[in-house]
Amino acid sequence: MVAFFIWLAINFVKTPADTTNVFFIGLSNGCVYALVALGYTLVYGILELINFAHGDVFMLGGMISVSIAQSFGLSAGDAMLWPLVVVVLLLSMVACGAINTTIEAVAYRPLRSAPRLAPLITAIGVSFILEDVGLIWKGPNYVNFPDVMPHSNLVSFAGVNVQWDKVIMLSITVPVLLLLLYLVQETRQGKAMRATAQDMDASAIMGIDVNRTISFTFLIAGTLAGAAGLLYSLYFQTVRFDQGFQLGLIAFTAAVLGGIGNLPGAVLGALVIGLIQAFNEGLQWHAPGSDWTQSIVFSILILILVFRPEGLLGERTPEGG
Amino acid sequence: MSSEDLLPAPPDVVGFRNVLRAKWQAKPQSHRWAITASLEALLAILLFFVDSSLGYAVVVIAALFWLKRLAPMHRLIVQGALIVLPLAISQNWSLVLMFAIAFPLFWLDHDIRGKLLPFVALLAAVAYPFYQPHLFTIPVFGVWPDVFTGVVMVVFVMMACGLNIVVGYAGLLDLGYVAFYATGAYTAAWFASEQFPGKNLHFGAIGIQHDLPGIHVSLWLLLLAAGLVTAASGVIIGLPTLRLRGDYLAIVTLGFGEILPQVARNGDHLFGNNITNGPNGITPLDSPGFGHGLSQVTGGFLPENYLTCCKAHLLGHAVSSQDVFFWTALVLLVITVFCSLRMRESRLGRAWIAIREDETAAAAMGIPLMRTKTWAYASGAFFGGIAGAYYASFKSATFPGDFFFNISVFILCMVILGGMGNIWGVIIGAAFLSYLDREGLANTGSWINTHVHVASWHPNIDVPLYSSGIYGVIIVLVMLFRPEGLLPSRRRAAEMHEGVHDQPLYDVAHSGEQA
Repeated sequence: MVAFFIWLAINFVKTPADTTNVFFIGLSNGCVYALVALGYTLVYGILELINFAHGDVFMLGGMISVSIAQSFGLSAGDAMLWPLVVVVLLLSMVACGAINTTIEAVAYRPLRSAPRLAPLITAIGVSFILEDVGLIWKGPNYVNFPDVMPHSNLVSFAGVNVQWDKVIMLSITVPVLLLLLYLVQETRQGKAMRATAQDMDASAIMGIDVNRTISFTFLIAGTLAGAAGLLYSLYFQTVRFDQGFQLGLIAFTAAVLGGIGNLPGAVLGALVIGLIQAFNEGLQWHAPGSDWTQSIVFSILILILVFRPEGLLGERTPEGG
Repeated sequence: MSSEDLLPAPPDVVGFRNVLRAKWQAKPQSHRWAITASLEALLAILLFFVDSSLGYAVVVIAALFWLKRLAPMHRLIVQGALIVLPLAISQNWSLVLMFAIAFPLFWLDHDIRGKLLPFVALLAAVAYPFYQPHLFTIPVFGVWPDVFTGVVMVVFVMMACGLNIVVGYAGLLDLGYVAFYATGAYTAAWFASEQFPGKNLHFGAIGIQHDLPGIHVSLWLLLLAAGLVTAASGVIIGLPTLRLRGDYLAIVTLGFGEILPQVARNGDHLFGNNITNGPNGITPLDSPGFGHGLSQVTGGFLPENYLTCCKAHLLGHAVSSQDVFFWTALVLLVITVFCSLRMRESRLGRAWIAIREDETAAAAMGIPLMRTKTWAYASGAFFGGIAGAYYASFKSATFPGDFFFNISVFILCMVILGGMGNIWGVIIGAAFLSYLDREGLANTGSWINTHVHVASWHPNIDVPLYSSGIYGVIIVLVMLFRPEGLLPSRRRAAEMHEGVHDQPLYDVAHSGEQA
């Protein structure tokens, strides 16, 4: 930990502008991770199921966005560009929510009373199926999303550039997150979700429709994945059938880092992971580089699970250890 | 928070498949038979239009199941007909022979069959290179797999047996089994190749030129060493992680399974050293062999070196180097199967099963959880390491690209399909899936592309491209409809179906049903 910060400080002293730029890259990556990580955390919180297929729902979200964006003919100079992007966002969210709810109803619900590893294995199977759906749909190559993000600088100071596209990423992610927090903490449905997560039997006795609540959770998780799918393809302009698995694992690590089941924790974890990844790939002085990103992320995951399974913000549960 | 004991459901209709079965069994028997027979007839007629042999296959399989419902006297008649029929249709002796051998086995007494079947299967496998060229063509799947595929199949069966110890016996989900396979493969690659040309060490490497640079250790020793190294790495991975609960453990193993290949991929510039040769992999590797002396003494029966082998002719069949690799793999497999069967019956094996069924109860009975689980990891890793080392030597190469997450899931899929915990089921599942992977999917694909057509439209599907999705479908279907696998151990099946409900210890109304 200390070594990490010393390393970061040395880098900052050597190349202050680069380090700050990389910091913003990390933040905007972290936004995408946060949206996906929330999906993992929501589902894990309620079912204690690692929904392996979630990353692939995110991938499908990207593909759906690409298809819709292409049919709309989005282009950079369009006056109607941003309203159209919002329409794409909403459509992608609806579609992914529907996909995720269907998956739950078909693949996980019949196994609700089975031993706990059964739905986990099923989730891996579903993940592979979704990946193939993407492969059949769009082929094995990268699909390009129209490059509509403005790349000009919003703020430019002493070599530090904050580009518009990063600001847009943040300005889409933050409202979505606030909406989600409101939904879970303030609404009746959110209350039902928290109750079901705490004790399924007891909430059923209290008159909560457990099946509906779980479906609703999957719906929310799916819409978040859909939003992340659009953001990712807006930002990186590419979509491929196998992006979901990798990003899904990184996002899951983020969820675990923040304390699985804990919503603010997932966002925090995602930002931390995004920053670590960006520092690793972007800094000059003794950075391992992108060849090692995956190893670093998984090492963090393993270390956290072994030494602090409750994560940064999670509560210590008897089962967590 | 607990999802483990939720939702009231009557104990006999727990689980998706049992609900369906309960509905099905509520119908009168005559209805059930009529529905089954008409569905089978419909399927057979449909398939006869596509390919006559396919339709015949359906008739045979349906007949097998109907035979169970017939009186013993009638069975004999139908069996005779089933043996004679293919002769009349295809005049294919190998098909007839196969039926003639298979049918009596099918009707033997359960206990005798259980003892006899493994030996018959082993015999059939050993003799496989001799009769493979004369075998008939299977409908849809095409020709029988060649011996090269046979070696790959046996290696994957070994790995599946190793994973079965971890997943099937001890109930620990391991999503990074490929890490063990990789460890084994790289152990063999380092000590039996020219990877380190600066160091010259020859130790028992028979059949290798003595002036070859690099480390060359006898492969027989290396197989054992690879197993031990992998087992040790299993212990190292296991010690900190095995106290985690099931799904966390799965994720951690997945993490290791992803890290190790990346280390291998980046290993050509690890602190300035070239350890793994990076994405280019290490190649070529030495082949096993018995050396000149042993070869002379046994009259060429034990080959000098597997690659330069063989000049022998046996029963009119020119023994090839593939055949020798195949037989050696079979020997390794027999050892693996024997070990894992004995282990299951041992004190340790019973402890694994106890942990799988109820960890808390097992701990309360005095089973040391950590030690027992670590042993499961180590033994599973041991066989994975041997299989990996042998496979690397057979392919004469190791590449980091061979160690994807897909392979972990592929091996897991074998264990699940065959039936977790039952070694025979795992063997069949692994053999079938690895055959599909190497030859079956491609054959099936070309069959579909040539035979299926709607009017003038022909599909042009690259089936092997979608292999991982096909495995996904297999996993989901098996988990939904037959979570215990195709050939489950009875004990495991009971576990999967009883769910996790509080059940009365002794239920008079349903006693004896699961036995």
